[in-house]
Amino acid sequence: MNHSNSNSTMPSHPALNPPLWVNALIATLSLTFLGLFIIAPLGVILTEAFRAGMSVWLASIREPDALAAIRLTLLVAAIAVPLNMVFGVAASWAIAKFRFRGRTVLLTLIDLPFAVSPVVSGLIFVLLFGLHGWMGPWLADHNLQIIFAVPGIVLSTLFVTFPFVARELIPLMTEQGSEEEQAALSLGANGWQIFRRVTLPNIKWGLLYGVTLCNARSMGEFGAVSVVSGHIRGETNTLPLHIEVLYNEYNFAAAFACASLLAALALVTLALKSLVEWRSEQT
Amino acid sequence: MSIILKNINKSFGAFKALSNIYLKFQSGELTALLGPSGSGKTTLLKIVAGLEQADRTDGAGLLFDGESVADDPVNQRQVGFVFQHYALFRHMTVFENIAFGLRVKPRTQRPDNKTIQEKVNRLLSLVQMASLANRYPSQLSGGQRQRIALARALAIEPKVLLLDEPFGALDAQVRSELRRWLRQLHDTIHVTSIFVTHDQEEALEVADRIVVMNRGVIEQVGTPEDVFHRPANKFVMQFLGDVNVFHGRIESGHAVFTEAPDGPKESEARMLVRPHDLLIRRTSEVNDNGVQAKVYRVLTAGSVVKVELIDHQNRLIQVQLSHERYRETPVKPHEDVILVPHQPHVYAGEEKWNGNYVI
Repeated sequence: MNHSNSNSTMPSHPALNPPLWVNALIATLSLTFLGLFIIAPLGVILTEAFRAGMSVWLASIREPDALAAIRLTLLVAAIAVPLNMVFGVAASWAIAKFRFRGRTVLLTLIDLPFAVSPVVSGLIFVLLFGLHGWMGPWLADHNLQIIFAVPGIVLSTLFVTFPFVARELIPLMTEQGSEEEQAALSLGANGWQIFRRVTLPNIKWGLLYGVTLCNARSMGEFGAVSVVSGHIRGETNTLPLHIEVLYNEYNFAAAFACASLLAALALVTLALKSLVEWRSEQT
Repeated sequence: MSIILKNINKSFGAFKALSNIYLKFQSGELTALLGPSGSGKTTLLKIVAGLEQADRTDGAGLLFDGESVADDPVNQRQVGFVFQHYALFRHMTVFENIAFGLRVKPRTQRPDNKTIQEKVNRLLSLVQMASLANRYPSQLSGGQRQRIALARALAIEPKVLLLDEPFGALDAQVRSELRRWLRQLHDTIHVTSIFVTHDQEEALEVADRIVVMNRGVIEQVGTPEDVFHRPANKFVMQFLGDVNVFHGRIESGHAVFTEAPDGPKESEARMLVRPHDLLIRRTSEVNDNGVQAKVYRVLTAGSVVKVELIDHQNRLIQVQLSHERYRETPVKPHEDVILVPHQPHVYAGEEKWNGNYVI
C-alpha cells in the first residue's frame, strides 16, 4: 500500500520550509481546530457519560431497550460488513483488472452513496418497499415487511456503506496491475488459488482498512436508518437512534452513556486504522 | 518440445498486431523474437503462452509437439513465462515464490513438503541464489529478481520457457552478465526457449536462431550469422547493426551510385554498407572503384578507430577499422579519400537488387 507511505518518504526540501512563525501559526491553527471540534466533544461525551458514576452508566447500558439497540446494531453490522466486503472486493477486482464496457459507469455508481444524502438514501427504500411504495402491495400480500423492520435497516446500511471497501481497494489494485495474477496463472494456479494466494495477500491491509471504516459507519449510521426504522423501541432502534430518543426525553445520563459506546468504537477504529497503516508500511 | 504456429493473426480493434505468422520452433532451441516496439513480438509470445488469444481465422493453429493447444487455458499449458518486470509475488519469500507452482498443483500431483524443499533448493543453487531464500522480492536487485523469476518458471518443469524482454529493465553491465548466464543455463537444461528482445546485440549473442519481426510480419528467420551477414531485406539490414546508406538510382539495368542526384522514385536504389565493411583509400594511392568523401572526424579512443566522413551527397558516413589498419592509412580531418565498400548490399526500393551496380 503506497498511498500512505508515499507521504512519509517524500523528502522535504529545505527551500520549501516556510519561516518559523508561519510554521507556528499553521500548527497552532490546526491544533486549536482539532481541540475545539474533535477532542473537546469527545471529552464532553466521556465526562457526561460517567458524571453520575459507574453504576448509572452500567444501568443505562443494561436497560432492555439499550441492550436491544446494541444487539440490533451488532446484527446489522454483522450482515452489512461481510456483504460489502464481498461486493467491494468483487467490484474493485472487476474495475482494476479488466477493461469492459460500462466500467466507468460502475466506477461512478460506486460513489453514488457518498454523493447522495443518507436521508435521501433512506427515502429511496421507503419509496421502493414502503406500504405505498412500488413494491409495497406485493410485499404486503406476501406478508413481508421491509420498511420499519430489520431488513430495511440492513438494506439502507448496506447502501450507505457500500463505497468504503471498494474506494480503498480500487486505487491499490489498479496500481498493482495484473502481472502477478498472470504469472500465477502460467504457473498452473486456478482462479480460486490465484485469488487466495496472490490477490488477497496483496490487498489484505487495504481490505482491512476499508472494512474497519465500513464497520464504523454501519454501526454509526443515523440518517438513512432513521428514515426506514420507524423508531420502535426495543425492536427497530439501532444504537444511534436509541441515543436520539433518550436525548429527546432529556435522559442525558443514559444518552451519554450509550454515546460513549459509539465514541469508544470510534477510538478503536482509529487505533485499528493506525495499526493497519503502520503494518502496511512495514510490508 | 517443438512448437508450430500456423497462420496466426491478431487484431486489437483496427490495429493489426500480427498477420499470417507461420513459424516452427525446434525442440531444445533458444530462439529470439527480435523487432522494434510495436512489431508484435510480445503479442506473439503471449499467444504461445495463452495469455492472449489469436484471432479465430481459417487454418490458424498452435501445436506443441504436434498436438493442438490453441484451446487449452494458460494454467494447463505448462509454459514457463518470465515477465519483463519479473512479476514476483511481493508478499512471498524467494523460497515461496519458487515453490508456488508446486504448491498449487492438484492434490494428486502435488509433491510432499520434503520434495518441494529439495526441488526449490536445487533451483536456488541453479540460479546461484541459495543464500537469499528467505528474502522478499523488494530486498533484491533487478538481476537477482530476474533470476528468481526464471527459477520460479523452471519449477513447474515447463515444456517451453518464454521470456518477455528478460533483461529490458536492467542496467547495461548486469545485462551482459545475465545474457551470458542465460546462454549457459540454456546449455545445461535444454528446454525449448523463446525470448523477446528489441536489442539486436542481445539476440545475436544469445540465440540459436533469430526471428526478425516488423509491423506484425516476419521479415527473416535464420541463425545470427544468416541475419547479420545475409539480411533478407533492407529492414533486417538496417535493424541489425549500424549501416551507411548510399543513395543512387536504377539506370538501364544497372544500379548507379555515381555523383548524379536521386532519380525518380520508382528507380530509387540504395547501397547499404556496415561501418566495418568500408575501406578507406587515399586518392593518390589507388584508382579503386569507390565513393569520394572528405574526412570529418577521427575518434581513436576506443577498441576500434571510428572515422566520420562526409560523402559527395553531403551525408555523414561512419567507418570502423582496427587500430593496426588505421596506422597503415592514418587519414586526418579535411583529407579527401575514396571509400571502397567491401560487402555492399544493394536494394531497389525495398527489394534486394541482384543485378550489376556502378559506384
